[in-house]
Amino acid sequence: MAENSHHIVSPKIYLVVFLTLTVLTVTTYYAAQVDLNAVFPGLNVIVALLIATCKAILVILFFMHAYYSTKRTKLVIICGFFWLAIMLSMTLGDYGTRGWDFPVH
Amino acid sequence: MHRTGELYGQFQTMEQQKDSATLGMWIFLSTEILFFGGLFLTYTINRHAYADVFAFASRTITVSWGFANTLVLIGSSVTMAMSVWSAQVGKKKLIPLFLILTLILGSVFLFIKGIEYHDKYVEHHIPGWNFDMYYCTSHAGACGLSPEDFAKEKAELKELTEKVGGETAVNANAQLFFSLYFGMTGLHALHMIVGAGLLLYLILTSLKGRYTPEYNTPVDNIGLYWHFVDIVWIYLFPLLYLIDRH
Repeated sequence: MAENSHHIVSPKIYLVVFLTLTVLTVTTYYAAQVDLNAVFPGLNVIVALLIATCKAILVILFFMHAYYSTKRTKLVIICGFFWLAIMLSMTLGDYGTRGWDFPVH
Repeated sequence: MHRTGELYGQFQTMEQQKDSATLGMWIFLSTEILFFGGLFLTYTINRHAYADVFAFASRTITVSWGFANTLVLIGSSVTMAMSVWSAQVGKKKLIPLFLILTLILGSVFLFIKGIEYHDKYVEHHIPGWNFDMYYCTSHAGACGLSPEDFAKEKAELKELTEKVGGETAVNANAQLFFSLYFGMTGLHALHMIVGAGLLLYLILTSLKGRYTPEYNTPVDNIGLYWHFVDIVWIYLFPLLYLIDRH
């Protein structure tokens, strides 16, 4: 990992990442047609989000060059997602534990 | 006035200047993560609260268009990455070529999105006075459903109405789904339109030969923006189109 932003990612890596992203997209499409919830409730959502997260990580690391960026830039990227995690976990934790009854059903 | 490729007074080296530009772009993208994050959060809570109607409503959007658009957008990310590479290795003629390809793929995405929005318009699925989840199953042939799909949707809708407790409730909750659908995909499409404008700027400037291995910050940073918009779609596709297909 070079400690500067001048690292050049080769087209070969872009091609490999592109093919992986395509395979993952096809996988998530077909996985969604299968009733995975029968195996384990909510498994369809979990699988879809896991695949999406793998795709996002590949895009961030290679297309966005995060893998080759400085430690400072990496910290900012991690912070961005950490703040998102705070927002999601705190709010969903709140909604999940109050037992609110939604008006319609 | 554009001063390019020179060292500004506040930096010590070109490398430091470049790293600062990348850092600044990521700080902006962090705010974008939270911007879209709020919408994803709202969507999650409502999908959980009104699960049955959201599942039904999500099945009325066409999964094959979403699938095609995912591939188109991933393709456009590759061409964008290749234009950054062209600038980094000094292949000046390739930069505008890859940028134009990116712009074309971005336009294809928006065109497909337009088809999807038009379908929703025809089906009376746009929130507002004319919203009616029952439109397609009470007007034979209006939405282009095959007789089997028409019967299937009608039966599903009848079951859903009984479960939820009336047509008003179904329409209210379905409007919530479509408000979020249009809000999220609309904000994403707006980002694509802004990105298309930025690409146009890059194409025009790169044709003048402005970007070199020493100076390619605009290509690099707009590339980061474009990939970010791709990531948003990577999450929108499963969450809006896929999770209740089975």
